[in-house]
Amino acid sequence: MKKLLMATAVTALFAGAAFAEEIKIGVVIGFTGPIESLTGSMAAAAEMAMAEVTASGKLLGGSTVTSVRADDTCGDAAAGTAAAERVVTADKVNGIMGGDCSGVTGAILQNVARPNGIVMVSPSATSPALSTAEDDGLFFRTAPSDAREGEVMADILTEKGVKSIALTYTNNDYGKGLADAISTSFIAKGGVVTINASHEDGKADYSAEVAALAAAGGDLLVVAGYLDQGGKGIIQNSLDTGAFTKFGLPGGMVGDNLPLAIGAALDGSYGQVAQSDSAGAAIMVEMGKAAATPFDATSPYTMESYDAAALMMLAMQAAGSSDPKVYKEKIMDVANGPGEKILPGELAKGLELLAAGTDIDYDGASGVELIGPGESAGRYREFEVKGGKYETIKFR
Amino acid sequence: MDILNALVAFLNFVFIPGLAYGAQLAIGALGVTLVFSILRFSNFAHGDTMAFGTMWAILITWWFQSIGISLGPLPTALLAIPFAIVITAGMLLGTDKLVYSFYRKQKVAPIIMVIVSAGVMFIMNGLVRLIIGVEEQSFADGSRFVLAAADFKAWSGLKEGLAIKTTTAVTLVTAIVTVALLFWFLQKTRTGKSMRAFSDNEDLALLSGINPDRVVQVTWIITAALAVIAGTLYGLDKSFRPFTYFQLLLPIFAAAIVGGLGSPIGAIAGAFVVAFSEVVVTYAWKKVLGYLLPVDWAPDGLTQLLSTDYKVAVSFSILIIVLLFMPTGLFKGK
Repeated sequence: MKKLLMATAVTALFAGAAFAEEIKIGVVIGFTGPIESLTGSMAAAAEMAMAEVTASGKLLGGSTVTSVRADDTCGDAAAGTAAAERVVTADKVNGIMGGDCSGVTGAILQNVARPNGIVMVSPSATSPALSTAEDDGLFFRTAPSDAREGEVMADILTEKGVKSIALTYTNNDYGKGLADAISTSFIAKGGVVTINASHEDGKADYSAEVAALAAAGGDLLVVAGYLDQGGKGIIQNSLDTGAFTKFGLPGGMVGDNLPLAIGAALDGSYGQVAQSDSAGAAIMVEMGKAAATPFDATSPYTMESYDAAALMMLAMQAAGSSDPKVYKEKIMDVANGPGEKILPGELAKGLELLAAGTDIDYDGASGVELIGPGESAGRYREFEVKGGKYETIKFR
Repeated sequence: MDILNALVAFLNFVFIPGLAYGAQLAIGALGVTLVFSILRFSNFAHGDTMAFGTMWAILITWWFQSIGISLGPLPTALLAIPFAIVITAGMLLGTDKLVYSFYRKQKVAPIIMVIVSAGVMFIMNGLVRLIIGVEEQSFADGSRFVLAAADFKAWSGLKEGLAIKTTTAVTLVTAIVTVALLFWFLQKTRTGKSMRAFSDNEDLALLSGINPDRVVQVTWIITAALAVIAGTLYGLDKSFRPFTYFQLLLPIFAAAIVGGLGSPIGAIAGAFVVAFSEVVVTYAWKKVLGYLLPVDWAPDGLTQLLSTDYKVAVSFSILIIVLLFMPTGLFKGK
């Protein structure tokens, strides 16, 4: 009996080994540089997904997946390109989970991924510019574009019956990109943007800025800034001079310090912040705690990293090939419906279903839903300030 | 009604902010001009002296608040000003003894004194950051408004609101009292007269028996008082952050130079010229013109001469224009 069992097992292994291969996925994110505090848990989450798939033994007839780490530095495009070049040419990876920051990600896409035909899934690049970049169908992201936040904000404003807004943004790439996104979406919905002016952070006095905003007028002032910086100064001065009484607050303006500093006058202002209510998020937090090297799954972009790696492996299974040129076609299919919902920790089930030819809808930790050129639709929490608290209205 | 609305909008967004900012600059510029006319150098450390003095005003305010002393509707910081002046005057006198007196005895060229004062500036800069940190500090208390915009609208029935903050009112009253006291001191008292004599002609003043050390000391004490008052008023009305006080140096010098370095009246006039041009040039006149002009003449654009991003450039431009066409300033300084 024992011998028979052994023999069966060996045959099974042998049969699997005929197709099994060693698949490598590059984890190319900034282990040093401006977001180095985030990348530790991002990499851990991506590698957890790989380990989960390897342990299941169900990917392409029992293939294993290993991670190859490389440091794209977040800030230095040349160093990021070199790092990605290495994992592609020397380690021969089948896909890249990365890059992290928008500028470096764009450089790797153009200089490494497209020439070599490698699929890239970025967990954290949010620049709207990447939506329109030439990508030969190779680039995806599990993080939403800032343009998406603009659309969500325009939706909220329109639903509240706001006809015209004044818009001010903190004078950097984030503020400018977000303000342009809000303005474009709101105008497309028939709204009027009376003024779109920047403000500098760290000033003592915003009376001139507020005077210009007040002269332009509008039902509401949208402040695409930072709550501890100029954003607070603008709101305080607007309230003092009676220029505006209600404010639209994008993600950068969400934090307990703001109601604390402004007081009751902030009540009634509303906005949105990127946050997921998906069932997978809670599971992922527990998985992070239970992992061999525990990590904090609530750290920004960690869930997106797990999802980025998982998407690539599920697409390989759906395509029946680990060749990026083949499985790139399947990423949108596994990420979106119709099909059975797959949550984190259920990758084995997803692989099984795909092997049986059943459609899946990978929901993952961050509620993955890819739209447009393959970027996350993004979940946003709509809130209204009531009694000094950010009360959730709904998720959208 | 439309004319009234236009007037209120102008008052609320241009005139009152300009007036408050101008008053704060004026007191700052008076300090610079005083040092220039009597000690004969441009004191680059003045912005950070203001930060140093304001820091003490804030620390003492916090202490007062913790033991329950307050001024009712007025900011407690007003009570703290005299104590902060004493500490800052001590600091300035100490600096003079340690640093400036050495160079004064050598009769160095004014430009060397300017560089020395830049050194003092960096030390004070560092001291303030060490003691209170680089973050924004809030220390205003009392009631926030003399007249709130919503109340004004309800009372007048106008579309535009007019707000007067307590700190704005306090700024104006304090500025008037300070300037009046300073001019009375310079014109009427024996010490004030000897300071003016020293400023006009140092050798003649020495011959007539004026004690130069005493003149120098009194100058530093008055400078300390002006710096603390200007800094505290600015911090109360706007906000305190060491870096913004360092940046105040530019408009303050622009004000002093436009008015004519060394002329107290000039410093005040220059301060209001700088303050109002910063606000007027960057203000979007759309609303005011919309009220004043017939409906079809109303502008579609914002009618804004310069974006608010270029606010700082306004001080620079005025400075350059005045230096090119009127090198001694509006009031014939030095």
